[in-house]
Amino acid sequence: MFGLEKRDTTLLLIVAILTLFAPFILNPFPTGSGLAQFNAGYPDLMQRFVIFGIFAIGFNILFGLTGYLSFGHAAFLGVGSYSAVWMFKLLSMNVLPAILLSVIISGLFALVIGYISLRRSGIYFSILTLAFAQMSFSLAYSVLTPITNGETGLQLTLDDPRILGASATADGSIPVTNLFGLEMRSTYQMAVGAWDFQFNIGYYLCALILLAAFYLSIRIFRSPFGMMLRAVKSNQQRMNYTGLNSKPYTLAAFVISGMYAGLAGGLMASMDPLAGAERMQWTASGEVVLMTILGGAGTLIGPVLGAGFIKYFENIFSKINDNVLHGWFSFLPDGLEDFVVFIVHPFIGKGWHLTLGILFMLVVIYLPGGLVEGGQRIHGWIRGNKRGDASQSKTNPAE
Amino acid sequence: MGILEVKNVGKRFGGLQALSDVNLSVKENSVHAIIGPNGAGKSTLLNCLVGKLIPDSGSVMFDGQSVLGRAPYEINQMGISRVFQTPEIFGDLTVLENMMIPCLAKRDGAFELNAIGSVMSQRDILDKAEAMLEEMNMLEKRHMHAAAMSRGDKRRLEIGMCLSQEPRLLLLDEPTAGMARADTNNTIDLLKQISDERDITIAIIEHDMHVVFSLANRITVLAQGTPLVEDDPQNIRGNPKVREAYLGESA
Amino acid sequence: MDAFLLQILNGLDKGSAYALIALGLTLIFGTLGVVNFAHGALFMIGAFCAVTLQKIFNISFETIDATQTDFLGNPLKVKTTYLEHWLGADLGGLIINWSVPLAILFAIPIMICFGFIMERGLIKHFYKRPHADQILVTFGLAIVLQEVVKYFYGANPIPTPAPDALNGVANIGALIGMDIIYPVWRIVYFFFACLIIAGVFAFLQFTTFGMVVRAGMADRETVGLLGINIDRRFTIMFGIAAAVAGLAGVMYTPINSPNYHMGMDFLVLSFVVVVVGGMGSLPGAVLAGFVLGILESFASMEWAINLIPGINQIIIYLVAIIILLVRPRGLMGRKGVMED
Repeated sequence: MFGLEKRDTTLLLIVAILTLFAPFILNPFPTGSGLAQFNAGYPDLMQRFVIFGIFAIGFNILFGLTGYLSFGHAAFLGVGSYSAVWMFKLLSMNVLPAILLSVIISGLFALVIGYISLRRSGIYFSILTLAFAQMSFSLAYSVLTPITNGETGLQLTLDDPRILGASATADGSIPVTNLFGLEMRSTYQMAVGAWDFQFNIGYYLCALILLAAFYLSIRIFRSPFGMMLRAVKSNQQRMNYTGLNSKPYTLAAFVISGMYAGLAGGLMASMDPLAGAERMQWTASGEVVLMTILGGAGTLIGPVLGAGFIKYFENIFSKINDNVLHGWFSFLPDGLEDFVVFIVHPFIGKGWHLTLGILFMLVVIYLPGGLVEGGQRIHGWIRGNKRGDASQSKTNPAE
Repeated sequence: MGILEVKNVGKRFGGLQALSDVNLSVKENSVHAIIGPNGAGKSTLLNCLVGKLIPDSGSVMFDGQSVLGRAPYEINQMGISRVFQTPEIFGDLTVLENMMIPCLAKRDGAFELNAIGSVMSQRDILDKAEAMLEEMNMLEKRHMHAAAMSRGDKRRLEIGMCLSQEPRLLLLDEPTAGMARADTNNTIDLLKQISDERDITIAIIEHDMHVVFSLANRITVLAQGTPLVEDDPQNIRGNPKVREAYLGESA
Repeated sequence: MDAFLLQILNGLDKGSAYALIALGLTLIFGTLGVVNFAHGALFMIGAFCAVTLQKIFNISFETIDATQTDFLGNPLKVKTTYLEHWLGADLGGLIINWSVPLAILFAIPIMICFGFIMERGLIKHFYKRPHADQILVTFGLAIVLQEVVKYFYGANPIPTPAPDALNGVANIGALIGMDIIYPVWRIVYFFFACLIIAGVFAFLQFTTFGMVVRAGMADRETVGLLGINIDRRFTIMFGIAAAVAGLAGVMYTPINSPNYHMGMDFLVLSFVVVVVGGMGSLPGAVLAGFVLGILESFASMEWAINLIPGINQIIIYLVAIIILLVRPRGLMGRKGVMED
């Protein structure tokens, strides 16, 4: 189906089901129950899942296939956000031109940065991208204030021109982002028994774009181009002596992944029309690296899993506090209960980044293939042929 | 006129004159061996032919065109394929994929942005790669990871990858270095078969005299960066200058 | 002329910090071949050694001074530190006041132990893995370390002043007949950095241990073949590199109040410094540290900003990009060391 092999079609369908039914899947607990706070079926959270999913899918096209580790990808996300907000300010509140512009501008930006950075490889490439991204971040904060609005961040105002729309609505407020009249923020609430499911237009737009982005990445992985990118990672020397020029291949991968990042940035601004320089900081670039590696770099589904995993637990962990912990461990004897809560306390709430850092280190050390490799190992373990599956998983790196 | 004409090539590394005034003419469809003691400049010469090094002086013409200043991939596209001393293959890819890449490079050139079509639906490439694997006797290994194969198989794969590009000139850099006797003989047989059955010129750098005299129909002896003699194998055997160069080195 | 000299001086303190961190990074890269993204975190931990010692010195107990009352009319509660209680107000107060320099003694064993544990427990397993994996795992470690510090010390910067005696400004221009007012502590920091750098170089140059390490940096395998256990020496070098970063952090605290993410802020710049100096070149790292610090200081001058707005923000990155493109081995890097 869709020109894909059976296995890839299955993968696409799984992702389609997960994203389209996310409002149900992420909302397993009835509203008002004690566990309702662990629901994640809110529009803004679900939007973040898929937007970062797109970002990670794009990053994986570069890092997963070619092995070039960019530490500056957040710059493209930031550029995408700024472009989209400018489109809202100048043209109209329709998200389509905004998203298009953000993809184009970030693609051009990636072309320039990639052209220079890719003259070096290995750690030098990482440092060059890092330097470029930090430079963009510093500039966005200072000199480029007329374009970026500096520390405050770029926002919509009532006196924006908006040539193809209104500067302000009839009641004097800033118009909202929409797709040909469908407002991004409009949400349909469906109450089923004790449950309350939310279906948000913006989320579904993001989800459809994610599916398209995922589909495209499958096509890229399976294409001659994708095979060449894996060849770059495997042995550049052999590639050059086989009559292939590896430079344009890596540059194309860099630009494509920059455009994915720009798309994610544009979507982010479409859901919430503001853009700030902090989106470009190198720790933000680090986050997409974490997502991709945690999920499984070089695999198709890995980045999506990684992005969902990190954003989901970021949300859940920040909600757990000592009271919740005491509730969970109340079955333990008093002293032991306090002790367990004391031990767990640093890792929850604001300690989420600590947990993430530890998790990330464990994955890099013990599970270089990320969650996907973990899944394969468990799968093999259940089938009882641990050895056989390990070798099989090696022959299918692009699962 | 040979297919490869090397004229007055010199190359200096700091204080070391690695090559000086090298002249070499490789005839079309011959098997030309370049031998010489350690440090004679064989590898430097080879690197000058494939674009890895640029000589300080002289010219290198392939089929009437200069190769100097061109990148390795451009020289490869002109029709020169290189086999390395330690097999250079795509270890993370399957054997079949390894074979498909040179086929794609032959068909599509140095760069082709085909990011949408499935590579496995490219019938012509797939057929060609499988045919070459069949010829190399490794079709049943096509789904194996290339890195997991034995050294002998890696060598066969690399030679097959080079052949699938239908090169006019095949350069081999000590193809049997570090191989067991049986593997060496297999490689000799394979190369013999290639040179007999195909319209191809082979230039080979080799240490092992057994390999050289089994294959070559023309030999150049290199000593201290400059050619000592160029002659037919039977004349090389008895040449006192050659003996001196080798014995002087080993003594 | 005065302004010119002042800009050079202004660049020295930052340059010193860059040079010290870059020196440690280069030691680790040159000896172990490891790209350590957690090195900034070591700098940060050093700074928090100073914070910790200050906190320890300030542990106090409360007494009620019946002779005085607070503004509500209640008897005044007075906090007295144990140090002052035990050693008398003068000596105790002096020690508390000098907590930052004293933290050097406190930080050295801690940082060396920390370096050992880090190398033996984690880095050792990554010698044979690709640079990308090293970057990733040390990046993870850096996150963990900064979050641990944040957990214990909070997110806000913690003021750690220099001793009163070294806290003012001095007219150092007076020595050469000019008028240059400059903070005393920054001069102290510069000389301290020079001392450490000289110490590291002397150690490598004049001790047998250092000679073996230098030989190992040049050719690890050969040294290993001579039957010398180079790995143990490299572990010790890692400890020393950690201590250098830590001490740079300790002494930097009066210049900028330490916070948990200061390591990350300095890390990116230090890597840039290493690249400009030449990967694996110790003198290059030091030279580039000072040069870039001074360049940054000049770029913050008014005429420079008027000429190219924002140049002060990006000068270092700009220099790094240009260097990487035209002379990839850096200012003093050896030819062929990681040139592609």
